[in-house]
Formats: sequence, structure tokens, C-alpha cells
Amino acid sequence: MKKTYRIEVDCANCANKMEEAARKTGGVKEAVVNFMTLKMIVEFEEGADVKAVMQEVRRNCKKVEDDCEVFL
Amino acid sequence: MNKKQKKMLVRIIATFLLLIGLSLIGITGYARLVLYMIPYLVIGYDILKKALKGILNRQVFDENFLMAVATVGAIALGDYQEGTAVMLFYQIGELFQSYAVGKSRKNISDLMDIRPDYANVERDGGLEQVDPDEVEVGTLIVVQPGEKIPIDGIVVEGSSALNTSALTGESLPRETAEGEEVISGCINMTGLLKIRTTREFGESTVSKILDLVENSSSKKSRSENFISRFARYYTPAVCYGALALAVLPPLISSLWMGLAPEWGVWVYRALTFLVISCPCALVISIPLSFFAGIGGAGKAGILVKGSNYLEALAQTGWVVFDKTGTMTQGVFEVKGIHHNTIDGEKLLEYAALAECASSHPISKSLQKAYGKPIDRNRVAEIEEIGGNGVTASVDGVAVAAGSGRLMERLGIEPAVCHHPGTVVHVALDGAYAGHILIADLLKPGSKEAIRQLNQAGVKNTVMLTGDRKEAAEQTAEELGIREVHSQLLPADKVSKVEELLERKGPREKLVFVGDGINDAPVLSRADIGIAMGALGSDAAIEAADIVLMDDDPRKIAAAVRIARKCMRIVYENIYFAIGIKGLCLVLGAVGIANMWTAIFADVGVMVLAVLNAIRALFVKKL
Repeated sequence: MKKTYRIEVDCANCANKMEEAARKTGGVKEAVVNFMTLKMIVEFEEGADVKAVMQEVRRNCKKVEDDCEVFL
Repeated sequence: MNKKQKKMLVRIIATFLLLIGLSLIGITGYARLVLYMIPYLVIGYDILKKALKGILNRQVFDENFLMAVATVGAIALGDYQEGTAVMLFYQIGELFQSYAVGKSRKNISDLMDIRPDYANVERDGGLEQVDPDEVEVGTLIVVQPGEKIPIDGIVVEGSSALNTSALTGESLPRETAEGEEVISGCINMTGLLKIRTTREFGESTVSKILDLVENSSSKKSRSENFISRFARYYTPAVCYGALALAVLPPLISSLWMGLAPEWGVWVYRALTFLVISCPCALVISIPLSFFAGIGGAGKAGILVKGSNYLEALAQTGWVVFDKTGTMTQGVFEVKGIHHNTIDGEKLLEYAALAECASSHPISKSLQKAYGKPIDRNRVAEIEEIGGNGVTASVDGVAVAAGSGRLMERLGIEPAVCHHPGTVVHVALDGAYAGHILIADLLKPGSKEAIRQLNQAGVKNTVMLTGDRKEAAEQTAEELGIREVHSQLLPADKVSKVEELLERKGPREKLVFVGDGINDAPVLSRADIGIAMGALGSDAAIEAADIVLMDDDPRKIAAAVRIARKCMRIVYENIYFAIGIKGLCLVLGAVGIANMWTAIFADVGVMVLAVLNAIRALFVKKL
């Protein structure tokens, strides 16, 4: 399953870091961050609890870039 | 500028003034340090705070940390002015970047400003503005002059001229009148229109296009992936380089060569390394170039579904066209009836009736030429013979209408036609009764399109068609297409494209251009599928990688040129940014480049790369 989330981040490299952080999160099969349109497209593993996974994704993103936001 | 950016601008100006003021008064010693701390903290407090948080989160190699170390280091070495200036220029660069990105984001979304805000629904004799999402299929909506058509539908009252430029990039208005289909996203220019909606808003053209545009560039190009991988290794590599530069040379010269260690000199050089270590210029300019390129193409009525397609399009080596509807208008007209054994009118009547169940353009043209209403009760036992024609019983007469192949299959000898066009042979009760010649007109821009493609360096142009050999070859010759494959059934086109894919060079891409009707499998099999005349055809929008909003074949060459320009800018930025940074690293290591050069390598390169990236947006003169 794929879902798109709006994000807020100031620099392009930070967006890349968020992408990597999201990819490494458990339950995430693939994640793409589009800096130009400020969107994060997450593909979940089968049977993953989307809400819990996204909370974790947000936490991991905040770890790599303090000044970012993922709108769930 | 938003609030955050304005605040930053104030901080930058304040720091700048403070720095000038401080350089004018001559103070020495600790007072100087204390005074310089004021502008330093004004400009850099948030960076220092973020750097601290980064350390707590074990993110050592982030830009904030590097900037903090470089500037604190410079201040510790006594270069107060330089330390503060580095921070100042770093912030100026960040502000510029965020402003430029925000601006181009807005520019590009303005290009696609086709989202209708409301629909006028007639209720109780008055007009009511409602959310387009709430309008059900079959509702009567009213579009006044100057308003956007919010939902696809059919005009039931009124006539007007429509401005389609937001969708197609075409400035010529399109006339519409009662009974015609209209597409959402067009602007009604002159008259009041009453429209019965045929789709929900979510299914309307405008929603489909917006969806496509908003999700484009999520498919990343190879260049973008290369840059993000590069950035991942670049920063740590430069940081370790800086560490080595600070520690190794002094140790070597003092321990083995018996010279003075000169710690200050080497630490300073290491700090310039840190200033250059930020990969911002690269990381921002590449996606920005693609985004601008996609935006520019959108402005010209060319929708690109991802930056990977733009990248591939720049390497176009082969262009394969479908004939009908792509190079020709797809409007067929009966040009003549030859070798007929019975009256021409009667022959046409049989053919039109036999083909009455088909919606193929050829059948439509027969029905149009026949001109009278079709009485389906006269027709029975209609059988489509896979792309070759039909057999049916009309008024009890066994009619076969179709290509020469159909005749051969039925064991009937067809008469050869020497005129260009599509031929429908007709046999009645197993005997040949003549043929009807149907011609399709070339699009006015087709010839020019092929010429422009050749000029753009496309190696080979190929045309695929279901038409007879003579007609196909004549068209190809007229247009200047080098290779033509005729008499193909829809399924043959896929295998033909596969054959061509094997013949082309490894670094060339094969583009297939079709009108989106019946060629979805071919569109997806080619390296890049381009669908044209997409206004109103969702199948095309879905199957293709690149969608031309109108059906002008010259747009194909325009798309290739836009892609080439965009890729040129991308490579310029990659070579320029990596080149300058590499050069400054070398110069910094040997002590020729100081911190000011390093600031240029970081901020200056980024500003230039961003400005260069925005050039990709301008596609008018291409």
C-alpha cells in the first residue's frame, strides 16, 4: 500500500536524509521524498500498522533533521 | 518572503552593519572578542543550537555541526571577523536557497493553475456556487464568461470560445457550441454555457492532470540518485580529510623532520575544508533543474510524469510513430468508389450497414458518407474478423467489407487500388463488388515535426501502421520518415517495437508516439511512451510516460529539445559544483585558498547553480 504525506523541510540534503531515515524504519518497504513538491510517498510492508509506522517514521526523521515536519 | 525568511533577512542586515561598525573601531584584546561575539551570536545562534541537538542525536556530519566547528575554530584562532563572516555568508546562502526554491515552487504551481474553485449550479431559479467535488454526474452547471469549466460535460445551451492555453499551451481559442463535449480546465471566454456534467470532478480531466503534475518527479532520475549517493559520501570524506589535514602534517613535520609543527596554519586549512564540505549546491540544484524542466514543459502543454523520463527523453535515438491520429488527422473521408460492379451508392450502403457496429474511424467515415440513418434491423450476423474487416448479412445478402487480406481469406480476388489511402474491399454473396477508397489527411505540422526531430539529432524515425503498404509508404515518403512497417495488427505493433528495441544502440532510447487509443501496450513497452491529443482521453494519460495535451506532432521535437536543455543544465551544475569544490579543496590544502574562497565554493557555487537550474524553466524559444 502506498500513501502520500505532506512534509516541511528547508534544505534539499535534509530531505535526502529524511528519505533514508524513513526507508530504514521497520514496516516501510520503500520511501521517496520529493523536496520540490514537499511530499513523502511511503510504501508499507504488507500487514504493517500504518499509523504506528508513520509515528516511527516521523520520530526517525526528527532525529536526522530537527527542523522538519511530517504531517500525518 | 515568508515570516521565517524576513526574520533571517533582518538578522543578516543587523550582522552586516555590526561587522562594518566593528571593523571601523580599533579595539584589541578581550574587548574585541566580546564585541565580535554579538554579531556572531545574532547570525549564528540557531546554527549552534541545531549543531548541539545534532550531536545529541549522533548526527555528526550535518551542515550545522560543520559550520559551528569551522566558525568556532576560526574564532579560537583569533580570526573573529572571518569566523563571523563565514556564518553570515552561510546564512545568506541558506536564505537565498529557500527563497529561490519557494519562488520556483510557486511559479511552477501557478503554471498549472487550472484547479476550479467552484461550480455554478442552478437551484430554485438562482445560481449557487458549490464545491466541484459535490456535483453529481448529470447535473446542469452554468459557466459564465471568464470562468473556468469545472467539470467535463456536454454543452446543452449556448456557444462560446474556449481558452485552452492553461492545458495545451496553445493560444488559439477553441470554438464550442451546443451538443459538443467540453473539458474541464478550459476558460470560457465569450458566451454563457450551460453544461450537463458527464463525470464526477475527481474523474474529470482537470483532476487527472493535477494529479499527474503533483505526483511527477517522484520518480527520480539517475542523476538525482547519483547526487544523493555522492552527498552521502562526500561530507564524511571531506570531514575526515579535514581531520587528517589538521593533525598529520604538523605531527610529521615536528616528529620526523624536526621542523616547527605550525598547528595554527594547519588547523586553519582544515577549517576551510569544513566550510567546503556542505553538499548543498549539488543537492539542491539537480532536483531543482528537473523540477524547472518539468514545469517549463508543462507550460508548453507537455506533461512529463517523472524526472527519469525527462532524462531518458534527452537520449532519444529512435522515434517510432503510429500513423493514424498521430501523423494524420485521424479524420477519414471517402474519396472514391472504384471497380464497382453495382451502383456506387448501393455499394456504400452495404458497406456502411455491415460496419454499423464498429466505432473504428474507417467505419465512421463510411457511415458519414452514406449520410442516411442506419437501420440496424436490416443487419444480422455481424462478425469482426480480427482487424481485417467484417462480414455480415445485410437484407439477406452476405456482405464482406475489409482489407485485401479479408478478401484473400474468403478466397476472393480483390482489385488493386493505385491511389493513396485506405481501401475497403466489398464482396457481395462471395463475389467481388468493388472497393471504397478512404483517405486520411496529414496533420499540417507532421512534415515539420519529422524535420525538427532529424535536426535534433534523432537517428531513425519509424512509422507503424495497420494500413496497406502503398498508402503507408507514400505517407512515409511525403513526411520524410526513413522506415515504415505496414499492415500491422494491433498486437503486431508490440512485437515490432520489441524488434526495434533490439536493433537500437545501447545508449539510445526508443520513443513511441501514439494517440493513446488501442496502443497502451506499445506505449508501456517502449523506453518512453508519448501519448498525444490527451485532452479527454484518460487511457492515454494513464498509459503514457509523457502526455502531449494537444495533437500537434511538432511538440515531440519540442519535448526532446526541452529534455536536452534540462539535462545540459543538470550536467553543467554537476561538473561546475564538483569541479569548483574539488579545486578549492586542493587549493585549501596547500594553503592558497583561504576561508573567503571556501565561502565562495560553498555559497557562491550554490547561488550560481540555483540560478542556472531555474533556466530550465524557460522553454519558449526552444
